[in-house]
Amino acid sequence: MTREDDKHRGDDHVSRRGFFAPMIAALGVVALLEYIVVAADFLRPRRGRIRAAARDIVRAGPVDQFRPNSVTAFPEGRFYLARLADGGFLALARQCTHLGCTVPWDAPQKRFVCPCHSSAFDIRGEVLSPPAPRPLDLYEVRIENDIVKVDVSRSVRRHAFDASQVVRS
Amino acid sequence: MSSGERGDQRTSLAARIRRSLVRGPLLPRDDRQRKRIIIETLILHFRPVWVPAKTIRYTHTFGLGGMSLVLFLLLAATGILMLFVYEPSPDAAYGSIVALEEEIRFGPLVRGIHYWSANLLVIIMVLHMLRVYLTGGYLGPRQFNWVIGLTLLLFVLLSNLTGYLLPWDQLSYWATTIVLGMIGYLPLAGEPLAGAIRGGEQVGAATLVRFYAFHTTVGPLILISLMAWHFWRVRQARGVVIPRAPGEAHDERPDRVLMVPNLLLREFCLALVLIATVMVMSLFFTAPLGEAANPGMSPNPARAPWYFAGFQELLMHFHPVFAVLVIPALAVIGLLFIPYVRYERDTSGIFMMSVQGRRLGLIAVLGAGIITPFLIVADEYWIDFSAWLPGASPMLSEGLVPAALAAILPAAVYITLRRARRVANNEAIQAMVIVLMTAFAVLTAAGAFFRGPGMALAWPWSL
Repeated sequence: MTREDDKHRGDDHVSRRGFFAPMIAALGVVALLEYIVVAADFLRPRRGRIRAAARDIVRAGPVDQFRPNSVTAFPEGRFYLARLADGGFLALARQCTHLGCTVPWDAPQKRFVCPCHSSAFDIRGEVLSPPAPRPLDLYEVRIENDIVKVDVSRSVRRHAFDASQVVRS
Repeated sequence: MSSGERGDQRTSLAARIRRSLVRGPLLPRDDRQRKRIIIETLILHFRPVWVPAKTIRYTHTFGLGGMSLVLFLLLAATGILMLFVYEPSPDAAYGSIVALEEEIRFGPLVRGIHYWSANLLVIIMVLHMLRVYLTGGYLGPRQFNWVIGLTLLLFVLLSNLTGYLLPWDQLSYWATTIVLGMIGYLPLAGEPLAGAIRGGEQVGAATLVRFYAFHTTVGPLILISLMAWHFWRVRQARGVVIPRAPGEAHDERPDRVLMVPNLLLREFCLALVLIATVMVMSLFFTAPLGEAANPGMSPNPARAPWYFAGFQELLMHFHPVFAVLVIPALAVIGLLFIPYVRYERDTSGIFMMSVQGRRLGLIAVLGAGIITPFLIVADEYWIDFSAWLPGASPMLSEGLVPAALAAILPAAVYITLRRARRVANNEAIQAMVIVLMTAFAVLTAAGAFFRGPGMALAWPWSL
């Protein structure tokens, strides 16, 4: 069949080739998209999905073990447990909110100082000096029977410190 | 039965096997045989058969593209060897590199060659890009090859970055953490993207496997495909751009010489010199290996690899959205569209476009080379927009305002030059591109060599 034949059949007619070519092209696109979806599934972080059921709870210790106005490091749980002057608890992620370096607690200066770009945070995780754009992330603290427990399965972002973040016994 | 088959029966087995492999003579004696060899050999047929005689002069191209290929081959050869030793898991990776360094006879040499080739490759490719830009090689039929070349550079950077993590020492662990932190700043897609690359909340086993897969499979595959395309398009454009003096017309029928042996022999000599240089470098300067990665302790200072130090330096001066998205995106878009601007003159083949273009270019290099360090120091010690503009959002005071002020410099160059009657848009754009490239080179040097503890400015010799 020639192109001339197609014309005689009117504008609404689609030739067999004209019908199949875009369909085959579309199928090719679909195949490509399928591959991308499969690849995305391979790349998705697995840790969260598997552990969401059995949540990671770190048993930090009895409430009285932590003095007010002190910070205790939990390297295994990758967090700091801060007890504020009023006795409230905060579990602070140890990753700097700027570029993800690990921030050490400087006890004499009473501040976290990032070694990478010298961002500084106070005991509540609030930014004392930039470039860090927001306070240190938090983990959920629970106090059950005077035992402090921290849920490290998921960190929570915040834009500023407020009193509701503090957990009291 | 044909005469050929009858002839086979009389020749030896070895001769018959050889003839089944290569039909012609192994060493060509005349131009007809040489031409045949170029066309019939798989590797050689990627190259042009005839090349313009003027283009094989060394100082026209400095052989930078060919050098990049040689470095890639060195990387492949040494990388394949290391694949047999390396174990891509956080527990075993560092130990396997130590074993490579201490127990395998030529281990340090092989790793050294890989390390130096990778770093040289970035430098040589940037110089190659500069050469193509300054000789107008991105114009005319070679426009899209400029785009392929930029893509090659992108994938070489990604390959370098992914390879950087594999030794799993303090240096590589924290450099990767910082680069992924930079990606996390991209608006909307940043955190999911960084998470997908990292495979978890922090750099760990999943990150290592991902980087290993990219570095050893995806990256090389893409690079080989793009290289074949890149070389093939050079052939389609009948070789590289032909050099000409300012004011000289295009030579419609340039003298051409056969690629074999004229160009190939020159390239072969250059390859030998380059390989010798890399060997000597690797013998005297071993590839660095720090202490094993410790996710609990960041070293001070923690830096991105030097080829990303320019972006890290931008991050010291601009709001993250500007430092990792707006400015790099504008730069990449600008580079991609360089060949597609409507230029007033055809300057292909003329080094820096014209005598005037050379003069303006020199002023641009010197100007940007002096002003950029001054701006870096000024921003470090005196400029503080967030204090001067109290109440403004950080996006404004640390992003838009400083970025707009920094853009004044190249914009002023362009506008001033366009006002001057005898400057074509080619020359004005070239001056602006040179200003921006110089500024970025200064930023890279500042981030790589002039940042001490706490990322404060410091002299390299005091670190």
